[in-house]
Amino acid sequence: MSINDSLLVIVLAQAVLYGTPILFAALGELLAERSGVLNLGVEGMMLFGAAVGYWATQRVHGPSATVLLLAVLVAAFSGAAMAAIHAFLTITLRASQIVSGLALTIFAGGLGLSAYFGSELHLADLPAAHQLGSLDVLGLADFPVVGPILFDQSALVYGSWALTALVALYLSRTRWGLNVRAVGEAPASADAMGINVTLYRYTHVLAGGALAGVGGACYSLSITPSWVSGDTLVNGAGWIAIALVIFAFWRPELCLLGAYLFGALSALPFALQARDVTIAPELLYSLPYVMTIVVLVVVSTGFAKRRLGAPAALGIPYVREER
Amino acid sequence: MIRLERRLEQPWWLSVAVPVGSLAVAFAIMAIVLAATGHAPGHTYRQMLEAGFTGNGAFSATLISATPLLFTGLAAAVAFRMQLFNIGAEGQLYLGAVGASWIALQLGDRDAGSTPLYVLAMCVAAGILGALWALIPGVLRAFAHTNEIITSLMLNYVAGFLITYLIFDSASYWRDVSTLQALSFPQGKPMPTAAEWPVFGSSLVVPLGFLIGLAVAAALWLLYSRTRFGFEVSVIGDSPRAARFAGMRTRRKILAVMALSGGVAGLGGASQIGDFTYTLDPTGLQGAAFGYTGIVVAALARYNPFAVCVVAVLLGGLQNAGFTLQGADFPSGLVGVLQGIILFCALGGELLIRYRMRIGRRARTRTESGPTVEPAL
Repeated sequence: MSINDSLLVIVLAQAVLYGTPILFAALGELLAERSGVLNLGVEGMMLFGAAVGYWATQRVHGPSATVLLLAVLVAAFSGAAMAAIHAFLTITLRASQIVSGLALTIFAGGLGLSAYFGSELHLADLPAAHQLGSLDVLGLADFPVVGPILFDQSALVYGSWALTALVALYLSRTRWGLNVRAVGEAPASADAMGINVTLYRYTHVLAGGALAGVGGACYSLSITPSWVSGDTLVNGAGWIAIALVIFAFWRPELCLLGAYLFGALSALPFALQARDVTIAPELLYSLPYVMTIVVLVVVSTGFAKRRLGAPAALGIPYVREER
Repeated sequence: MIRLERRLEQPWWLSVAVPVGSLAVAFAIMAIVLAATGHAPGHTYRQMLEAGFTGNGAFSATLISATPLLFTGLAAAVAFRMQLFNIGAEGQLYLGAVGASWIALQLGDRDAGSTPLYVLAMCVAAGILGALWALIPGVLRAFAHTNEIITSLMLNYVAGFLITYLIFDSASYWRDVSTLQALSFPQGKPMPTAAEWPVFGSSLVVPLGFLIGLAVAAALWLLYSRTRFGFEVSVIGDSPRAARFAGMRTRRKILAVMALSGGVAGLGGASQIGDFTYTLDPTGLQGAAFGYTGIVVAALARYNPFAVCVVAVLLGGLQNAGFTLQGADFPSGLVGVLQGIILFCALGGELLIRYRMRIGRRARTRTESGPTVEPAL
């Protein structure tokens, strides 16, 4: 038995696979929150992205790579469309960001639009036509330990690494990125500087929705290529992504690490079951959720006073007349 | 050009007219969605009206669907009123069901006259367990400043796994292991017959749980509008800073409100056991999303306990129609979509309650329009 078949390597490789949707969604939520808009609709946007992405692989014909690329783009677009509702309600109509986000999850989620879409188009009965398999780009897949973990993953995983770097550079090194941060920290000052607060908030909430849609597509195109009615496909990953943004202190590079931590916790039950470990599966399944609470508590007690990293204007509608 | 001005006083009729108007707009938008997906909106709406309200026995069935929503709606309203976003009513309801079924099984078989004892014991046990489950995010929020939205939601999943474990993956106290059939198809132990809650009425059947829910709503209304506790809760909700400067004990209020909210949600679990299922049924409980729909109920009722009763019946009717009509003609997510749209419209309508729309460019002078900043932010 080679080292690549050891439990640790398998769990770590799966951690990257299961962490990727959370990473996409968290990066999206991070962009929205950095502009000052909290979007609790991530779970709903992910599910809808998953449904629409899966539908696209069924409808489009052509070479697998083209179809899958298109499916990911369509998923991104549908996530953004959902986010547009939230953006309009919270930015233009100044509604409560919390209630609007919850409404979005109910509207788009497993008992709402995703289920409607899935049942209207009979997605649950369709076997997967295309699947994002692993790509051994550098020919290093069999390399001990790092091979399966880093070089035997799907294109979405490699894409998520590039995206993390892009978001980090965008926020710290570009004019637009700095403007976004200004809008999230002090919208009135940003407004006075001539930055269009409304425009920045809209674009970043939409971008956040698009990334959540891609995160959802990770499930229906790569992890479990199928459509299941109800919320079992995403199963709370959207909420974990929102928590992840908090304990990554609103920094993209920390999102990457955190996502893989939760990926590992999600992957652990399956890896252990394959080895006939007899622990109650429910105990293992609840690990990521319990861990989310634990990490959140640790972070919030340690940094509550300094609010490390939280955009100062997060959750507050900006109304120019009411400054 | 449309300008928005903050209203200094909100006329009372607006808080009725706007939700009703939002509802109408939501149904209009849904009609467009239905038409676009190849359904005849008029036909679907007529079917829903009949299946939910006017049909034979339909309203009794609607009350069955409305009962859990009444409890979870009140649970959400109680907490949201203080800007404490407990979205864990789902899990708190599961725990309530666990507690209620435990005490009913503990009491064992008794004669039919002891039903009130069962009802009382089940409500108390369910309320306590629901409150304790809600106190986890409550304590974390009060003492560690942890975001209660995420923690209460995460606990919903944990509670779901817990009840699945109790029935499907263990030989727990709740599981029926008496027959071979029950061993291969896991199910909960049936409650004693005397633990089944009574119903009232003949042509219109009202479950006891619904009446308890109405009583709870009245009690909450009293608590929130007639006591010091309720006053302090509203002040904390409107302006935590003002409340702190006035010497109100925010931390205690967080704990009390979370426990109250969780307790009410727990009562919903007791009612599920006593009124309808007579056993702990994890699949049924988890499939219904009572807790999440409760948020819709509370938001649409603008967190007013009496309005929650009305909205719960309304949305209960929708859900009931959804169950009855489910099929090719009536896609499964339709009710959820409609609920989402209703909530969006209500949120948009909120703008009309808080702001006055002015059309035209001419800005009034500052003295005329008064202060446009909210007194305490």
